[in-house]
Amino acid sequence: MNRQSVTNIMIVGVGGQGTLLTSRVIARVATKMGYDVKVSEVHGMAQRGGSVVSQVRFGGKVYSPIIKKGDADVVLAFEKLEAGRWLGYLKQGGLLIINDERVDPLPVMSGETRYPDDIAERLARLVPRTVVVDATGMARSCGSARAANIVLVGLLTRAMALPAELVAEAIQEMVPAKVLDINLRAFETGLEYGTNCRLKVNLA
Amino acid sequence: MKKLMIGNEAIARGAYEAGATVGAAYPGTPSTEIMEFFKEYEGVYAEWAPNEKVALEVGCGASLGGARTLVAMKHVGVNVAADPLYTFSYTGVNGGLVLVSADDPGMHSSQNEQDNRGYGKFAKLPVLEPADSQEAKDFVALAFSLSEEFDTPVMVRVTTRLAHSQSMVEEGERREIPLKPYVKDAAKYVMLPGHARLRHVEVEKRMAALRRYVEESPLNRVEWGSRETGVITSGVSYQYVKEVMPEVSVLKLGIVNPLPEKLIRDFAGQVKRVVVVEELEPVIEEQLRAWGIAVQGKDVLPRTGEYSPELLEERLLGRKAAEAYALDAAIPPRPPLMCPGCPHRGVFYTLNRMKLTVCGDIGCYTLGALKPLAAMDTTICMGASIGTALGMEKARGAEWARKAVAVIGDSTFVHSGITPLIDVVYNQGMSTVIILDNETTAMTGHQNHPATGLTLNNTDTVRLDLESVCRAVGVKRVRTVDPLNLKELENALQEELAAREPSVIIARRPCALIPGAGLGEKSYYVDTVACKGCKLCIKLGCTGVYWIEEEKLARINPDLCVGCGLCLQVCKLDAILEGEGKE
Ligand SMILES: Cc1ncc(C[n+]2csc(CCOP(=O)(O)OP(=O)(O)O)c2C)c(N)n1
Repeated sequence: MNRQSVTNIMIVGVGGQGTLLTSRVIARVATKMGYDVKVSEVHGMAQRGGSVVSQVRFGGKVYSPIIKKGDADVVLAFEKLEAGRWLGYLKQGGLLIINDERVDPLPVMSGETRYPDDIAERLARLVPRTVVVDATGMARSCGSARAANIVLVGLLTRAMALPAELVAEAIQEMVPAKVLDINLRAFETGLEYGTNCRLKVNLA
Repeated sequence: MKKLMIGNEAIARGAYEAGATVGAAYPGTPSTEIMEFFKEYEGVYAEWAPNEKVALEVGCGASLGGARTLVAMKHVGVNVAADPLYTFSYTGVNGGLVLVSADDPGMHSSQNEQDNRGYGKFAKLPVLEPADSQEAKDFVALAFSLSEEFDTPVMVRVTTRLAHSQSMVEEGERREIPLKPYVKDAAKYVMLPGHARLRHVEVEKRMAALRRYVEESPLNRVEWGSRETGVITSGVSYQYVKEVMPEVSVLKLGIVNPLPEKLIRDFAGQVKRVVVVEELEPVIEEQLRAWGIAVQGKDVLPRTGEYSPELLEERLLGRKAAEAYALDAAIPPRPPLMCPGCPHRGVFYTLNRMKLTVCGDIGCYTLGALKPLAAMDTTICMGASIGTALGMEKARGAEWARKAVAVIGDSTFVHSGITPLIDVVYNQGMSTVIILDNETTAMTGHQNHPATGLTLNNTDTVRLDLESVCRAVGVKRVRTVDPLNLKELENALQEELAAREPSVIIARRPCALIPGAGLGEKSYYVDTVACKGCKLCIKLGCTGVYWIEEEKLARINPDLCVGCGLCLQVCKLDAILEGEGKE
């Protein structure tokens, strides 16, 4: 990672999926690495099942707390449809990580529109560097589907070559004690998956 | 040591370091976390007030009593607090008072996007506007000094993007500020016309002194770059300008009321083109035009919504942000919705079925306006439901009231629903009011309020008894039902709508997100043989039940379902069963 330029990570999902914790863990890691960091979060109404996005930017000096369209190095989507919604923020050659999870939005539930069933496949065809992962399933086998966010942190750690010990440290500092074990297992699972799918991201 | 903080935490920290000892607020996105952080500090008193007017009045009293005082609210909260604010501007302070107004350009979680910098001009207050968390902390601390030096309440105006963005903050030590002596001074604190006339003269003198101060204040600064373009900006817009136009000259205003005329004229005189970059209203721009300075502003930038780096790039530099990948597919919108197990769902499902006109209010339950429940006709501001229902009844006649209700949350009822209920009784309306009592302020993240019996610090206090309040104001028909029991709820509604007098139905069930709400114990599944695909359960609009188009059947998602049992009650074929089932 070039220490001067700014790295942009966009974390998108459905309110209640735990995107906020993920962005805070990554931001904490970037702080530990000595970067200037800004994070933009969504609180309030959208957290009730709406489309949510949190944005982490770190580098030598960061001005804007929000990422420009076409400028995200990574879009990390907790849900497939949301990957499609925020795709415009991904930069050319950027990395798209999609949790293979489907959550129907209201207009789909009420039958007004249809969920584009093949959206993950279409995104994978369009974006050369796409990873589709069943983080929710992996988290469930670690003890709780709710730890999917930390599985994704593990995957991202490998993908971005972040120092895993610092990430583990940040998780320990930020996750409530009674679910820490599950989350550390989820982190290991994500790391392992990230190693096996041999991602290399050059964030220059 | 430097620490990452959201703007709201930095504001609380700034007040703490400046020696504030009293804080009062009513929750409201994006301001809520300010008081939640402030209460954590040692040596402070912090409270949730029932509404913003009371919060500011408590603030006035604490300030006159000699303490440095922090008051925080969202932008529309300042409307509620406007009455004391305008006159507190006349009395001035004793201990410094800082009012934080958290505005919401783009309306992430609000019913309007008013620009509260306008209050600075009308109420004659200095208004400070920080651009990141460090400034939020520093500006709040300085605001306390300004408040005491110039004998005025000071507004610190932030926006969602500042309140909820994290950036680095250097923490400092707390300064212990001794309580100032209280000296009785009726001419200053009792705003009889005769006193107020004299105070108004003082206010104008203060504004003149502030106009001199802002010329020299370190909060307003010039960053020279190319003299082709000079940008005048404040708040988070400053960050967007630096991001996309690093080469231009910038006049960064940390104080947006009053504006530094000489500084601005000097700056404008040294650049070829002046551009004002400010979200929402042209507050700075109009002042510049009044001074005869030629500027670009709202002719190229929008007056609505939130700004972004790509917006500035497009409008000011004529470059359209490059989308690297474009997916050729329609992405269905994802509006927020009620959670699985939400007690409000039972109410709105029933209101929809009974085809009633529903005067609504503000809270999680406003989501009942969205399809498929679509059972809300109006939402204006907090507390408006009851008065609106009465007004409709008075306009359209008594028969109308038999097909109409007002719905209002528990926190909202305490905030501003009691006075309109008095009006219903006093003016002999027949309205039926449903208080949606989920025993918390859910929308803003589960804050306590008087009817929860708990304070901001989660300590026990006297619980405001909603039934007693309704009876005390003269409502004779007051009853309490379980909103997840659809039959009971519908019966209650039928009876109360038929009654030719005011009635209140309290629909009581804790919010499904509160630990110990009693949900999550049962699980349900769809008997795929019995299910005929009628979609009645789907019409509840619950993410726990979903539709499989290929099979024309409903399914329950065990990860999301919390076992509230509503779908079981609406299913006419007994196709939803208790237990694990086998998918
Ligand atoms: C004047 C004002 N203050 C604060 C808010 C922010 N706000 C919106 S709804 C709400 C209260 C919600 O609580 P409640 O009425 O109990 O309904 P719930 O969300 O729990 O369903 C608040 C504080 C606002 N919109 N207007």
